[in-house]
Amino acid sequence: MQKNSSQATDAVLRGRWVKPLAFMLCLVPFSWLLYAAFNDQLGANPAEALVRSTGDWTLRMLCVVLAVTPLRQWLALPSLGRLRRMLGLFAYFYAALHLLSYAWFDMGFELPELLRDIAKRPFILVGFAAFLLLTALAITSPKAAVRALGGKRWQMLHRAVYLCAGLALLHFFWMRAGKNNFAEVFVYAFIVAGLLLARVAWRLRSRRQAAA
Amino acid sequence: MLIRTNDSGFNHPHPSEITPRAAYERRQFMQGLVAGGAAASGALGLLPGVAQAAQGDAGYTLSGKLATLPSMRSKVSGAATMEKLTAYKDATTYNNFYEFGTDKSDPARHAGTLRTRPWKVEVTGLVGKPMTFGIEELLKLSAQEERVYRLRCVEGWSMVIPWIGYSLSELLKRVEPTAAAKYVEFVTLADKATMPFVGSRVLDWPYTEGLRLDEAMHPLTLLSFGMYGEVLPNQNGAPVRLVVPWKYGFKSAKSIVKIVLTDKEPGTAWNKAAKNEYGFYSNVNPDVDHPRWSQATERRIGEDGLFARKRKTLMFNGYEAQVGQLYAGMDLKKYY
Repeated sequence: MQKNSSQATDAVLRGRWVKPLAFMLCLVPFSWLLYAAFNDQLGANPAEALVRSTGDWTLRMLCVVLAVTPLRQWLALPSLGRLRRMLGLFAYFYAALHLLSYAWFDMGFELPELLRDIAKRPFILVGFAAFLLLTALAITSPKAAVRALGGKRWQMLHRAVYLCAGLALLHFFWMRAGKNNFAEVFVYAFIVAGLLLARVAWRLRSRRQAAA
Repeated sequence: MLIRTNDSGFNHPHPSEITPRAAYERRQFMQGLVAGGAAASGALGLLPGVAQAAQGDAGYTLSGKLATLPSMRSKVSGAATMEKLTAYKDATTYNNFYEFGTDKSDPARHAGTLRTRPWKVEVTGLVGKPMTFGIEELLKLSAQEERVYRLRCVEGWSMVIPWIGYSLSELLKRVEPTAAAKYVEFVTLADKATMPFVGSRVLDWPYTEGLRLDEAMHPLTLLSFGMYGEVLPNQNGAPVRLVVPWKYGFKSAKSIVKIVLTDKEPGTAWNKAAKNEYGFYSNVNPDVDHPRWSQATERRIGEDGLFARKRKTLMFNGYEAQVGQLYAGMDLKKYY
């Protein structure tokens, strides 16, 4: 019964409209920010609001993309895998917007000042490192890159997404440390840890089944 | 793509923009009349619209949300910057008041629960005459003055706010500090019943702040009861707060219930929470960075466009001529 319903859901997810729909959904936060910026809806400090919300959406998209594999495995929905690359690229898109708004609104696009800021402040450095790593993953996202690297090596590289999530969490944690305000940081950390554990649990289960 | 101005963010008014003294005094006089009239007509439920229209001449209109607080022009040097005022809406919806939540929009949303009457302020410690003042008594203790101060937050943003109040020294003189008194500690309300975030572990409640006695006695140090012609909104520290314009905003304790004169430097809430980030002095200083960001520039809320460069932060927030001598010979990197 459960298997049948899984198969039915999987078939639905295979539908032609699923990818375009996911694409549109991923664009909703961006469209809202664009609308809000042009209609004075970002509060008294719009620059800060843009830097923060693009950071928030990067973390959320990272959680979403990390949820794909556990959901696919535990709910038996292989078709979810089709969405993973797009979701990952959207995480990168919001990370790039986050970096862009920081460089633009906070640093006035002054390159020397920006470099000094990155070098001087560990939490910026950590965030920047996460961005560089995400850039490597984004560049190697096309199928041609998978072929060029070979599946094994490509997979090794793309496991670095967990490192990205860790660095992003550390960046967020450090940002909030001055005000001892960790509630939101812990929510994201909890989700990321849960998704990591789900993978470990899946692997243990498969090993046991293989042994049996 | 890059939209830049030529002033590199250092925006002082042109002489032509500065209101002539005669016109300014006339406005202040009118404002006093209007505010007085508004209080009277408010009591009778008459003509609030007239009061608002006339008040516009002073650079802002009354919000009409709170009781008016009539005031006179301040004669204290440096008490009236001519810079463009921050919009009332921005000054009352973008606040740090952690007792009501850590998001900037939380205080405006949650501070409605704060009860500001009855309210008492106890002044005690190393004083000849310890006293407890009721808020009505405090309001009448000295003439209410309007002071337009720059406010610089440690987070790198700034506002220009027309406060109403009088020099804290007026109050301190009444209690006669003893020769041993060197510091002043401010204790603010921490009421779990009306302040939803008290009980969180973000800070060690109640919020406390402190000044050296000479800083506290400086004429610019304001005991404030109002802003923009009206009494303070709850989220801005009603019914009585401190405003120390040459220090970062968090030094200006809100909703004060107790003032203690001591001979030792008092612990302060932010210093206890993060010693390496928030020192006791916390004077605005573009040359001493916060560990996580530069303090050399700031964003003026509501004024600089999204793409405008941030303005340069001024030493002591631009009040160096008035307060610089308080710190003569001190290493401000050490005593940050």
